[in-house]
Amino acid sequence: MYRYDEFDARLVRERVAQFRDQVARRLDGSLSEDEFKPLRLKNGVYLQLHAYMLRIAVPYGTLSSRQLRQLALIGEKYDRGYGHFTTRTNMQFNWPRLRDVPEILDLLADVEMHCIQTSGNCIRNVTADHFAGIAADEIEDPRPTAELIRQWSSLHPEFDYLPRKFKIAVTGAEHDRAVVRAHDIGLRILRNAKGEIGYEVMVGGGLGRTPMIAKTIRSFLPKADLLAYLEAVLRVYNLEGRRDNKYKARVKIMVHEIGAEEFARRVEAEFARLDGPAIAADPEEVARIAAYFASPAYETLPARASGFEAAKAENRAFATWASVNLFTHKVPGYAAAVISLKGIGDAPGDITSAQMRVVADLAETYSLDELRITHAQNIVLPYVKKDDLFVVSQTLVEVGLATANAGLITDIIACPGLDYCSLATARSIPIAQALAHRFADEKRQLEIGELNIKISGCINACGHHHVGHIGILGLEKSGQESYQITLGGDATETAAIGEILGPGVPADDVPDAIERIVSVYLAQRTSGETFIEAVRRLGLAPFKAAFLEKTHAPA
Amino acid sequence: MSTAKRPPLPVILLANDLLDGEVVFWTGTHWSPEPKDARIAHDDASATALEGAAAKALSANVVVDAYLVDITTDANGHGVPNHYREKIKTEGPSVRRDLGKQAGLYNIVRSGT
Ligand code: SF4
Repeated sequence: MYRYDEFDARLVRERVAQFRDQVARRLDGSLSEDEFKPLRLKNGVYLQLHAYMLRIAVPYGTLSSRQLRQLALIGEKYDRGYGHFTTRTNMQFNWPRLRDVPEILDLLADVEMHCIQTSGNCIRNVTADHFAGIAADEIEDPRPTAELIRQWSSLHPEFDYLPRKFKIAVTGAEHDRAVVRAHDIGLRILRNAKGEIGYEVMVGGGLGRTPMIAKTIRSFLPKADLLAYLEAVLRVYNLEGRRDNKYKARVKIMVHEIGAEEFARRVEAEFARLDGPAIAADPEEVARIAAYFASPAYETLPARASGFEAAKAENRAFATWASVNLFTHKVPGYAAAVISLKGIGDAPGDITSAQMRVVADLAETYSLDELRITHAQNIVLPYVKKDDLFVVSQTLVEVGLATANAGLITDIIACPGLDYCSLATARSIPIAQALAHRFADEKRQLEIGELNIKISGCINACGHHHVGHIGILGLEKSGQESYQITLGGDATETAAIGEILGPGVPADDVPDAIERIVSVYLAQRTSGETFIEAVRRLGLAPFKAAFLEKTHAPA
Repeated sequence: MSTAKRPPLPVILLANDLLDGEVVFWTGTHWSPEPKDARIAHDDASATALEGAAAKALSANVVVDAYLVDITTDANGHGVPNHYREKIKTEGPSVRRDLGKQAGLYNIVRSGT
């Protein structure tokens, strides 16, 4: 994985020193809260409901064991012994004290991490396919591109005060696992007819108040043109995006208002004006970055691992976990293992410091010292030899991280919601917990198959509810929490925004409502048809009818 | 102090401690992390006094995000927020009863003045 060079290291240290000074100036009154707030946000420090919150960037979700151990230490020393992984693959600590933040930032810098641009109206942490480098359907590892963008966008002077936040995601595979069409810019690496590698550029996606699916404005962009083209997109948006209304300031609104064609035309005009070669990264630097993501030294192993097969035959729980939580690796004899942070009754994405250490040790011993955070708030061990999987899973069992539910109905995405978040209109985590308990039965989960439930505690949609097969949005109705349910969202290459099924329901009624929706699927599916396929075929009507069927029995 | 219209009486004043983030309540003389210490304003004059305390503490860089919260008094005469949001803010995460004020865990090093 990428290692900081001297410039990266210096930049991060300077930023820590700068923030230490800013905190001191805030405390002695030289900076007012209004002056300080944008500065702390640019360093990932929010004020939440109960305390400050610190958001730490995990670029394209890749972490080393050493980095995860450092997060464990920070959690223990400066927080309450746990952290939370978000849909942007960042880690959030819920209880840091402002006075401690400079020290925490120093500890992060020690392991080449930071909180820069995890908030504020700038280019945010770049995300990528969590199976980067290991998926068989991959054209090229998206992480060198993501790292290049990280370097280009870090403290980019022109794009430090955009109209609004700006999110970029990259996938290098056919199958989109990075939700690229829900980003301000989504990039898909592809090969053209001549066999050259380039990017499909999609712009104007986003969730939140006005959900939109990104539109393709360039179907093939040569690789070398990437930074100049991104610069052109950002410049057009920076100059013309709306600053008069926060709710209309995202690039998606501009793309929607002027149309994708006109937006593309303005980008192309700007791109033509730019001195492309001067903006493009030095090929040597591109090669230096790419080298960090070169394929590791795999062993030559038989595709059929006898130890693995024997362990599955002997241990049913392991066989189930292996059938659900493993992802096929492009190299024979290896697998990528998904560590679910969705144990039944757990808060989605939460992990204790003790668990972080165990996972870090497993990654060090069995996965070439590397792990990935997914936008679905799980962890991946990307390079496990199949014959090591049983030992890995047994260790995970001991720390409560061996839940076999990756991609199933209890693998629920949920934002922190009103239990922590000051912007929330309702709680998310208790809904996730209630649903996990309702659908806990392993056999039933397997029978239902792939089904993504995504929950947000307010219209900002951090829980990606719009692109959940079933989406749940927590709102306030007459002083009570109320949950609006959507159906048919899709986070993949066939991206779609879910449609609202009917009026909001109180928290207690959510599990029954979801149950009724799932029953329609189970009753009407054809052989092998997944939930989302059935929704597409059947349309909203039967689900809507079942959803609305609730009997209003008098109390 | 937010410019939002004053909530219905009775009200208390809460904020977050600038340095530590802890939710703190105005007692009439100082900021306390204990919800039960909150001074309750039953009339307009006392609510105005709370607003004055908020403005003073904000400009003195003691607290941030200070605002009035409408409450109902419980059997002990303590103010309990009417809205679920402020209730959670006063107690701690509903999904982690082992954390926050509800568990007697405070995030504050020194209390405000
Ligand atoms: S969706 Fe709303 S409640 Fe959830 S984390 Fe985002 S801002 Fe907070």
